[in-house]
Amino acid sequence: MFAFVLAEPSRLVHLAPVDVVIIAFYFALVLAIGFYLKRRAGTGEDFFMAGREMTAWIAGLAFLSANLGALELMGWAGSAYQYGILATHWYWIGAIPAMLFLALVMMPFYYISKTHSVPGYLKLRFGEPSRALSAISFAFMTVLMSGVNMYAMAKVMQIVLGWNIHFSIWVASITVAIYVALGGLRSAIFNEVLQFVLIWAGALLIPIMGLIETGGWTNLKAQIAHNASAEYTHLWSTLGSYQNNPMGINWIGIVFGLCCVISAGYWTTDFLVVQRVLSAKDLRAAKMAPIIGAAFKMAVPFIVILPGLLGLAVLRDHSGALIKLVPESVATTPSGIAAGLHSYNDVLPLMLARYCGPGLLGLGMTALIAGFMSGMAGNVTAFSTVWTYDIYRALIKKDAADHHYVNMGRYSTVVGVIVSIGTAYLVMRSASIMDYVQALFSFFIAPLFGTIILGMLWKRATDAGGFWGLLTGTASSIAMWFWVYRDPSALRYVALSPHAKALAEDMYRALWSCLICVIVTVVVTFMTKPRTDAQLVGLVYGATDIPHEADMPLYQRPAFWAAIVAVVFVILNIIFW
Amino acid sequence: MHEGGISIWFFVGICLLVVGALICGAGVYQLVSPPPVDQRVVLYNLHAPVWWGALLLVLGIFYTVHFRPVHKTE
Repeated sequence: MFAFVLAEPSRLVHLAPVDVVIIAFYFALVLAIGFYLKRRAGTGEDFFMAGREMTAWIAGLAFLSANLGALELMGWAGSAYQYGILATHWYWIGAIPAMLFLALVMMPFYYISKTHSVPGYLKLRFGEPSRALSAISFAFMTVLMSGVNMYAMAKVMQIVLGWNIHFSIWVASITVAIYVALGGLRSAIFNEVLQFVLIWAGALLIPIMGLIETGGWTNLKAQIAHNASAEYTHLWSTLGSYQNNPMGINWIGIVFGLCCVISAGYWTTDFLVVQRVLSAKDLRAAKMAPIIGAAFKMAVPFIVILPGLLGLAVLRDHSGALIKLVPESVATTPSGIAAGLHSYNDVLPLMLARYCGPGLLGLGMTALIAGFMSGMAGNVTAFSTVWTYDIYRALIKKDAADHHYVNMGRYSTVVGVIVSIGTAYLVMRSASIMDYVQALFSFFIAPLFGTIILGMLWKRATDAGGFWGLLTGTASSIAMWFWVYRDPSALRYVALSPHAKALAEDMYRALWSCLICVIVTVVVTFMTKPRTDAQLVGLVYGATDIPHEADMPLYQRPAFWAAIVAVVFVILNIIFW
Repeated sequence: MHEGGISIWFFVGICLLVVGALICGAGVYQLVSPPPVDQRVVLYNLHAPVWWGALLLVLGIFYTVHFRPVHKTE
């Protein structure tokens, strides 16, 4: 077994025995949590919704943690090295407004309707066809994404630690399958909170040591300006045009594409994250959870973006020459490997190895592994719930006993993990599949946001309007992607500029598909008969009695804390303008 | 999450306690038996494993004790 683990000779870091003990302890602890929580996952409400008894803090940390996977950490640290501080937009304007919107505007409808899932809300608001479309596409894409992430994790473990790729896939998968199948969503949430703490404990030391080495933020900016460009440390001032910044995007794409559509769609309708908030014990906790998540999300660039920026300033080889990281496609060529090149995505492990010796290295690697497993558990729990409630119970077996659905949840967890493993091996045979799957997933998010927001805020929206809007929005997104895939020059029409890069294409494709969804929904709605107000109680603004907070002390009101988060968000953007 | 079961924060405390003790122990060992100069990390002189491990250990002890399971006699 030991030889199997260490079958790959090259690696970025070398673990000491104490590091291996820390990693092994983490695996033992998550399995122990799964076995402990098995006895508290006997009913459907327990298994799929964690008993709806989570405090705002636990739901909020799990909400954030489900998104804070290791791919996210390493990928955005690499993006910070590649694009500079612009990558922070995905943590601030690309998250905070959407989280606050979810808390204050959308959460009451999700929570009061007592839905088990986002497709479940669509069923209540727009009828069975909309739910079926959303549930099938979500379940399908979630297990594929889980497999893609699993492959990426195994690849990282191979590069960073030299672990055999099959070993990483099977050990992580079996561990996740055991603790989720045993304890359900509660077990996943417990481990997500644990992972959140481990990520901060493992990653926080890097920026602290980096700032000590560089002599503070001002000196760091000067070194980046010398080694790369002064543009790398400005958040907004370079977004006037596509050519002025390394990301090839402008402020319209960031504000309207990223903030208003992609991030709003992801944080408010992706069941992977929304499921965590639905587990809250009451409406106030459900509203506070995304606000708590937003407060911590604002701090994440300190442990993700800053290490990437530090890499631009301090990474040097043994001769003292600056190390230049390169794209993955260059680093993995035979000549790139022979020259010892590292990719952008390696910047976080490189910084970890720079400052962390035995013990700390083990903690840092545990944080990355925990991030991978937590992300996978998030996908699997969301898949299991949507499969059981929105596909199996809705379309296959409607009237079974509660324990039958709990068993189905356990089986579907294991099946979801097996399909994920299959996808991982599929990606291993053809890495380009990874890009397609990630693009496919993005097709559903933006139109879904358009459908749900109209459903929650517009009483007139009809069942047919919701269904056809969602279908045409999704189809148009796929069509635009295929158009640019077949004819790259079409980018000038989709992203409004021939200078736009891949990220800008994603932003604009999301924007157009959401607009198409909204327009079709509105047109079809006016051609069809609306529901009565009585049929919309608990589902739509204007037909729902939302509990007021006027009798609460100011410090207990979600709106008060949302305002504080919003003010800090604005101040941060001005400071790093 | 305290009623009817062990709090999540107890598990967090156990994790920080064990990991903190291991890291602090590794740091102290490096103080007693320093590695060769060419194998030292950058800013080795700050002995980060000692104080970072100790910080995690203290936090771990606090969470473990504060959120320890309480047996009800009733």
